[in-house]
Amino acid sequence: MNAPVPLYDFEALLRARRIELPPLAIDTLQVNITRLCNQTCRHCHVDASPARREMMSPEGLAKCLEILERNAPIGKLDITGGAPELHPGFDAFVEKAVALGKHVMVRHNLTVQLDPHPLTGESKEYLPQFFARNGVEVISSLPYYQEFFTDAQRGKGVFGKSIEAMKRLNALGYGVEGSGLVLNLVYNPVGPYLPAPQAALEADYKRELKSKFGLVFNGLYTITNMPINRFRLHLEKSGQYEAYMEKLLAAFNPQAAQGVMCRSLLSVGYDGRIYDCDFNQMLEMDAVDSGGKRLSIFDFDFARALARPIRFDSHCLGCTAGAGSSCGGATAS
Amino acid sequence: MSNYYESADLKKFGDIGKHAKKLADEFFKYYGDVTGTDGALTKREKALIALAVSHAQKCPYCIDAYTTQCLETGANPEQMMEAVHVAAVMLAGITLVHSVQMQNHLDKLVL
Repeated sequence: MNAPVPLYDFEALLRARRIELPPLAIDTLQVNITRLCNQTCRHCHVDASPARREMMSPEGLAKCLEILERNAPIGKLDITGGAPELHPGFDAFVEKAVALGKHVMVRHNLTVQLDPHPLTGESKEYLPQFFARNGVEVISSLPYYQEFFTDAQRGKGVFGKSIEAMKRLNALGYGVEGSGLVLNLVYNPVGPYLPAPQAALEADYKRELKSKFGLVFNGLYTITNMPINRFRLHLEKSGQYEAYMEKLLAAFNPQAAQGVMCRSLLSVGYDGRIYDCDFNQMLEMDAVDSGGKRLSIFDFDFARALARPIRFDSHCLGCTAGAGSSCGGATAS
Repeated sequence: MSNYYESADLKKFGDIGKHAKKLADEFFKYYGDVTGTDGALTKREKALIALAVSHAQKCPYCIDAYTTQCLETGANPEQMMEAVHVAAVMLAGITLVHSVQMQNHLDKLVL
């Protein structure tokens, strides 16, 4: 019989289930280089929008590259935002990381290819060619294979633009079997419910996008909406916060907990502060070493970071519900 | 003021075991076995059937629960709305097919 767990207390839940989740590795550096975005999605945990101005400094970008260069176990760079392509140093950051032999992933919202830069007005239509030239793995949010849900979450007209942007990526080989150019899509529920099983939904996406638009892609990642920031505000305003948290708690899956992404990555904020994940970053829950000292890219030490205790809070229930959730999709079968 | 069909009451479904625990336990096991697993029908197909029945039986609790269940099993709004139309057309058909009984009786009454 499991001991009763205080309300939404994730750490107490882990203790009650005798689950320990220390870091296993640091194989990915996920860097949030800007909160500026051409879109204002209703569920965005970053609260990203065209009004945001936070940008990583040139020194910060250089420090991230230095960390990648000096630490061979960190084989992957995951660049996110906002729309990271809107950062003036984005292109050089990608090229230098590729030159270091790192696997570079970009969280690309598709529409940034077609929308003018919110600050400068410049066109980003060159991005598909740029990605292909550098062998970047493209990971793009498309919350549904139909317009209704996609535009409801990401804004009017987003679905149509996303389809056009995917066509441009496909034309260069992205998502095409055997091309070596990887295009993965991300599904988010459009409200306070859990994602459908990843494999079944991926099959639906592939069938529908192919038959309706002639589009292809490699894999679908299902990601649960985290009850923080903009999405939490929506839940609270609509009186659904408690019901959503209870749903996440009831769906707690120990197998999914074992696979949480904070056990194998570090998240870096635009100011160089380090976090256990992008969600902790938005809640300003800095990663700390075993002595309680905050981690930063400006005094980075791999062993100290790997030995840190991961910080958890109630939002972590989002990553451990059902089939689990991470930046790479479900974490349990 | 008290109201019927409070959405918060859905959480109390388990309370049907209050004075008949064994029967409730057996019901919930059956319920879980039928709706909670992929069988000859997928969970998604079962959710769409349950959504249609929820409308035919006009159960607000079930409509809320199976709208969510349909989404969580990957059904899309078009499929959900078509399921409701299946319920609607069945109810209409059931009503109309009874007019045969009316006509039979009419034939008997009319000289």
